Amino acid sequence: MAPDLNGTSDADGPRGGFILWRYGKEEECSFNNDDSFGILALVGILWVLYGYSLSFGTDVGGICGGFNWAGLMQVGQEPSSVYATTVPHLAFMMFQAMFAIVTVALISGAVVERIKFSAFLVFAALWFTLVYCPVAHWVWGSGGLLAKLGTLDFAGGTVVHINAGMSALALAMVLRPRKGFKEGDPMEPHNIPIVVIGAALLWFGWFGFNGGSALTSGGLAASAFVATNTAAASAAFTWMILGWVHRRPTILGTVTGAVAGLVAITPAAGFVTPLAGIPIGVVAALICYCCTLFRTKRRVDESLDVWAVHGMGGIWGAIATGIFASVAINSAGADGLLLGNGLQLAKQVVGVAAVMVFAFVSTWILGRVVDAVVGLRVKEEEESVGLDISQHSERAYGSISQ
Amino acid sequence: MKAALEKIGIVGMTVTEVSGRGRQKGIALQWRAGEYRVDFLPKLKLEIVVKDEDVDKVVRIMARSAWTGKVGDGKIFVFLVKKAIRIRTGESGEKAL
Repeated sequence: MAPDLNGTSDADGPRGGFILWRYGKEEECSFNNDDSFGILALVGILWVLYGYSLSFGTDVGGICGGFNWAGLMQVGQEPSSVYATTVPHLAFMMFQAMFAIVTVALISGAVVERIKFSAFLVFAALWFTLVYCPVAHWVWGSGGLLAKLGTLDFAGGTVVHINAGMSALALAMVLRPRKGFKEGDPMEPHNIPIVVIGAALLWFGWFGFNGGSALTSGGLAASAFVATNTAAASAAFTWMILGWVHRRPTILGTVTGAVAGLVAITPAAGFVTPLAGIPIGVVAALICYCCTLFRTKRRVDESLDVWAVHGMGGIWGAIATGIFASVAINSAGADGLLLGNGLQLAKQVVGVAAVMVFAFVSTWILGRVVDAVVGLRVKEEEESVGLDISQHSERAYGSISQ
Repeated sequence: MKAALEKIGIVGMTVTEVSGRGRQKGIALQWRAGEYRVDFLPKLKLEIVVKDEDVDKVVRIMARSAWTGKVGDGKIFVFLVKKAIRIRTGESGEKAL
């Protein structure tokens, strides 16, 4: 029991890390508008009311779970007979809550500094219900479509990162860029020390996500732990070198690399050898770096790069799982391409494609609908003044020199 | 420059952190991946009030101590100050400096 609760509280480390990571990257006048905190609260409530059940409850046609566990009915201190059979059901439920919360919060990155707070809450609640929960069920639910197919996702590469990444891109496109973005106004990150602290917390907290997904203390958790750190380190180093090749190694680049590595190893951590973390991390940095450049060149205002880092990193990670997996590490997994089993790679690709398309299309539609009904974007004057004042009546930095 | 001014008895000054742009046209900084340009760079603005007869001497000393020979050394502007008052004592004019 201790390991899972440790995993859950450690997996909560990213919550703080994530907030800081985001905060530092935005412009000063919209610092408070990072909707993440509101989302943390919203999803925390929805999860226990019906989210857990919709994701993990009794299967309904492979698409989603039922409502048998709504309101945490029959989710108590005894372990579930289906999930994480060695720890209290409540602990597993809470652990899964962390993933749900983080996924929804990730999307807020796509819409910083221009979304109406009220609209975002509405969107988030709908997205959580109609996109996150079904996808979680497909991949991790007993009877879920992709679970039955055999797509492997250890700690949420697909459920969290591909899901959030593609959705972020769709929403950013629906919302259109910030004022001044097209003209090339520099949108300088306003506080790099905060970003760095955030990244450090994320790195630490991710051990909770990946190690904890073993659901029990022991060899597998240890293996996932090592793979996670190795991938993060490899990716950070690679991105640092890439920046250096361009001109100089930057801290912002290096920490982004670390996050890319963490994302990529997420689906693979408990299925591949620890050393596979190196190629997984290196390639993740390469892919995500290029995608960031691509996104910038195409002038899409998805400036926290949720798609480039989480989306593309997650896609690579899911595919890498199909390449590097080994039953020797985790008998509940499968062998990958390197061990002669090309079928697993195919299953991964199918899973990736399914989630990519579903996430993007449904978010696009959802975004359009919410825009039509409530209006997603703030008024132009509100955007100029900064969302701190217009949406929250609050200044992050309350001194004259600002 | 502080030390040089202190030597001739000028101690009081006001320093403001500003952002400025000259003919350098800004610099290119590096982002996560790729670059962005910034026009307005952090600079310091120094304000000193001196007696009329000291202006040339002070300007000479400031220019000499701030000089590096490189772009970005900055400029000195001389303004006429009509009145000066010390709030604590009510003194005005040169006695207030």
